[in-house]
Amino acid sequence: MRKLLRTIFLVDLAQGLWVTFRSQSTKNIYTEQYPAERPKVAERYRGAPRLNNNPDTGETLCICCDLCGFACPEQLIVVSSVRNPETRRKELTNFTYDVSRCMFCGLCEDACPVDCLELTQDFEIAQYSREGLIWDRQMLEEGPKPTQYSS
Amino acid sequence: MATQTFLDANELVLNMGPQHPSTHGVLRVILNLDGEKILGTDCVIGYLHRGVEKIAENRTYPMFTPYVDRMDYVASISNGLGYCLAVEKLMNLPAPPRAEAVRVILTELNRIASHLVWLGTHALDIGAITPLFYTMREREEALKIFENYCGARLTTHAFRIGGLQYETYDGFEEQVKAFCDAMEPRIDEYETLLTGNRIWIDRLKGIGILTAAECKQYGVTGPMLRAAGVKWDLRKAFPYSGYEKYEFDIPTRENADTYDRYIVRMQEMRQSVRIVRQAVANIPDGPIIAKVPKVVKPVPGEVYVSIEAPKGELGYYVVSDGTNQPYRVRVRPPSFINLQSLEKMAKGALIADIVAIIGTIDIVLGEVDR
Ligand code: SF4
Ligand code: SF4
Repeated sequence: MRKLLRTIFLVDLAQGLWVTFRSQSTKNIYTEQYPAERPKVAERYRGAPRLNNNPDTGETLCICCDLCGFACPEQLIVVSSVRNPETRRKELTNFTYDVSRCMFCGLCEDACPVDCLELTQDFEIAQYSREGLIWDRQMLEEGPKPTQYSS
Repeated sequence: MATQTFLDANELVLNMGPQHPSTHGVLRVILNLDGEKILGTDCVIGYLHRGVEKIAENRTYPMFTPYVDRMDYVASISNGLGYCLAVEKLMNLPAPPRAEAVRVILTELNRIASHLVWLGTHALDIGAITPLFYTMREREEALKIFENYCGARLTTHAFRIGGLQYETYDGFEEQVKAFCDAMEPRIDEYETLLTGNRIWIDRLKGIGILTAAECKQYGVTGPMLRAAGVKWDLRKAFPYSGYEKYEFDIPTRENADTYDRYIVRMQEMRQSVRIVRQAVANIPDGPIIAKVPKVVKPVPGEVYVSIEAPKGELGYYVVSDGTNQPYRVRVRPPSFINLQSLEKMAKGALIADIVAIIGTIDIVLGEVDR
């Protein structure tokens, strides 16, 4: 009997519509207006890589240990260095990072002993060509410069 | 002796997929049809094959952890947990209690997220578009927790061998609790939209029946087995990662049809919320990672560890030959094995039911093809 009444008066339909109706309030908008409204990603977000410089001297923090290259499952980091004959220390000449093959797993970041290589919060790393995705040292230090739109 | 006329010989072969949106990825099903009736199905898989098991043989143990996330990308945290547990068992290196609690929280949140994706897409296939928006909204909250915790949303790489890499962030407990509080009324909301809906009931009741005996025959696990009335959950049967400490029920149903699987999964979400609540209430203090040697080099041996992933039993069989790379990693993916039952369930059904049946198996093609 109860079932029959529910069927006649379309109770299930009304209940469903009520749920939809409750969500009509403009306070409940969840859509992000992406290019105009840039989302704030988490602090630990693993995005575009960056090589950090010493903030006081402006010199790179990298000690050319190549641990990041060994840690990477995709083997996409190439660290080139020369040994300075006077100070007997390795000096970074170039650092290439193939972002197109990177899966942003963060293993390289964890391996770095001096917090030089870091995956940052920049998430807009699209490029027009594949070559553009192979980043060199300069690009890694400066970071990507995405076009920003505002409404 | 009756002669065959053109009216009898009307068997039609129809290709469904690999680009069909209701196949949840790139599954191709060759349907043998007699009018609307399905006489047989043939699954063609492998469009997403990446050779994950082979990749494992060329990577060290810690290096392979990010790859397992890419199999079942909807429930990547469960995959990571299974692999880490397998290697930990091989090395006899249990994770500390704090790591176990955080693992349980994240895995259960991932189970909810996975079931939400399933619910939204399954309802969408049947023709109910509204639940998709709501489920995606809640899933977003769960993904935000993952993003805050480990920095990625989908392929999270949250766990490491021996424990966790990241300490929980400030406000982790509050955010998880807020998610739990929000989730329960939301599940009621989905049930309002679907459970009593007569179109939903008509489309699902009595479709795709797979009895308990057939489930066991095919090796089908997870919610499909429980909807057939078998009380089998690896979290209870072989507790791992401290699941024995939490109180929860195993929801089961009797009719073994698509509708019952829907009910079982809804109940499972509620149970997951219950587990998360218990786990987040007392996360023990202490280290988050065991003393893992710099080079992970297990002694020669082999191990099989299986966990209850959202889709069923997810097993990792790892063979070590004493070097720092696994000799063999074999994955027992629940989706792949559950997919076998498609032919059995689809025989005799109508074309319109095949989307419901594919949806109810809850497959992820990344895991089927690996
Ligand atoms: S994030 Fe992962 S894949 Fe990318 S460079 Fe670092 S270790 Fe390699
Ligand atoms: S691990 Fe760090 S310090 Fe070593 S080479 Fe890489 S970026 Fe430089």
